[in-house]
Amino acid sequence: MGRIGVIFQRELAGYFATPIAAVFIVIFLLLSGAFTFYLGNYFARGQADLVPFFDFHPWLYLVLIPALAMRLWAEERRSGTIELLLTLPVTMWEAVAGKFLAAWCFTGIALALTFPMWLTVNLLGDPDNGVILASYLGSLLMAGGFLAIGSCISALTKNQVIAFVVSVVISLGFILSGFPLVLELFSGWAPQFLLNAISSFSFLTHFQSISKGVLDLRDILFFLSLIAFWLFATATVIDMKKAES
Amino acid sequence: MEIMVEIKNLRKAFGPIVAVDGVSFTVGKREVLGFLGPNGAGKSTTMKMITGFLTPTSGTVHICGHNIEDQPIEAKMRLGYLPEGAPAYQDMTPASFLTFIGEMRGYRGATLKRTVSETVEKVNLQSVLNQSIETLSKGFKRRVGLAQAILHDPDILILDEPTDGLDPNQKHEVRTLIRAMAQEKAIILSTHILEEVHALCSRAMIIAKGKVVFDGTPAELEGKSPAHNTVLGTIAGVDPLVLHHHLMTVKGVKKIEELGRDGDLVKFRIYPDDGQWILPDIGHCVREQGWEVRELYPDRGKLDEVFRLLTTPKQTIS
Ligand SMILES: Nc1ncnc2c1ncn2[C@@H]1O[C@H](COP(=O)(O)OP(=O)(O)OP(=O)(O)O)[C@@H](O)[C@H]1O
Ligand SMILES: [Mg+2]
Repeated sequence: MGRIGVIFQRELAGYFATPIAAVFIVIFLLLSGAFTFYLGNYFARGQADLVPFFDFHPWLYLVLIPALAMRLWAEERRSGTIELLLTLPVTMWEAVAGKFLAAWCFTGIALALTFPMWLTVNLLGDPDNGVILASYLGSLLMAGGFLAIGSCISALTKNQVIAFVVSVVISLGFILSGFPLVLELFSGWAPQFLLNAISSFSFLTHFQSISKGVLDLRDILFFLSLIAFWLFATATVIDMKKAES
Repeated sequence: MEIMVEIKNLRKAFGPIVAVDGVSFTVGKREVLGFLGPNGAGKSTTMKMITGFLTPTSGTVHICGHNIEDQPIEAKMRLGYLPEGAPAYQDMTPASFLTFIGEMRGYRGATLKRTVSETVEKVNLQSVLNQSIETLSKGFKRRVGLAQAILHDPDILILDEPTDGLDPNQKHEVRTLIRAMAQEKAIILSTHILEEVHALCSRAMIIAKGKVVFDGTPAELEGKSPAHNTVLGTIAGVDPLVLHHHLMTVKGVKKIEELGRDGDLVKFRIYPDDGQWILPDIGHCVREQGWEVRELYPDRGKLDEVFRLLTTPKQTIS
């Protein structure tokens, strides 16, 4: 196990050592259930799939992931442990990756705990499990994207409330950029390539295309490169801001 | 002497604030360098640059020959660092925290276990091993920080105020520990306790406004005191003028200052030329005159005084 692994382990154990894990998982499960059944008309649709369940994931993540990510670096800065961590024989990249992967793995665990949803739909009907698997993958990738944004914003400030609010706003931008409503704002005057560029950054578009069951490499690469970009930004921001205590 | 830490022209500016302004020094094996200086002098900032946390605005740091910017991992492996305030992951226990540090330092399995338990013993953490760090007293928190710094038996120890906020017993323990480690390491520590310099350090450095204003042995530092090697005395039943007259004839006496009178008692302080040792000659003179001596003793001078002289804007001694 390398140093990334050591940091990963410590962080992940940290979630479970505090009430964060319990609170996050319970709220995640409750909300995803409530959204699916009440807002998504899970039963009334009379279809055996998890479309309403996954449809709400971007909105769920919009609030929950920044809450999870806000402490990633802000807490290290506030408590001064960042000085401890970064004077250990570890590269900035290892520290950023280790912490991010732990948070990502944690959301993965929360996501995996929604399996009763999948069981139910299989009991009630005969869904396309390939599509469901793809949707889970897409959801995980999207969660990673939100987390990477949150990681960077959390590195910018030691105030966790600010980190949360700013992350939500930026994440919202990444969701909305694919919405017709938003695109219409630009459509009158902006050139088409700009429109395409804006909509191509939408988490929603990429997530929806993955959750249709079409595993397009471009969608996967979109999320992976977005994560890489924001983690790179995280490392840069930490380097710049670590002096400020 | 084997050079362990080499610092050249270190400078750090935070915007318009110059926190460290051209600091250069080397520290060798078996040296314990004490950093002194008023609040905001730049001690912590210097340490943060030595340990690779902050990047210097200019200047270089070499740790056992490794440049901290070019070979940070190699350099950091040789370093143990207790940051100011001894930060630690508060929701961990000392046991899990030290295990984490050990793993980060590359220890695994049985070696890891042994290293952690040896360290725990060295700093006496046995009683709180499984209590979360946030619930520990200040003294124990500081020890956890110290344990974390010495766990991998580093060649170089950087300790930012290691005894700050400890009770006298704990201070004593920590000092004993540091002294024991000094045999095979190079240690840089900062402190606001001037006696600590005497108790621990082989070398003292005073920093003020980011600059080194003194670098020498603790004895040399004391020697800077205007009161260094003066003689304090109280004599009964002698006319101060007579007293003055006779004492001024003693070899090496520069000046006599009357400190006060109480009935027929006269208190005075005798200053030597160039800080020389005049007590025996004074004693001789007093005995020859047959004066009734109540007190006669040498004064080493107060470090506080030297500190103030060196770090307040008007420097009157050089
Ligand atoms: N991140 C920062 N941003 C701006 N100024 C800073 C920063 N860190 C330190 N300083 C300034 O640099 C100067 C030196 O601070 P430093 O913490 O090194 O002092 P110190 O000698 O350790 O003081 P103390 O004895 O109080 O611990 C101070 O004026 C401080 O305000
Ligand atoms: Mg300090």
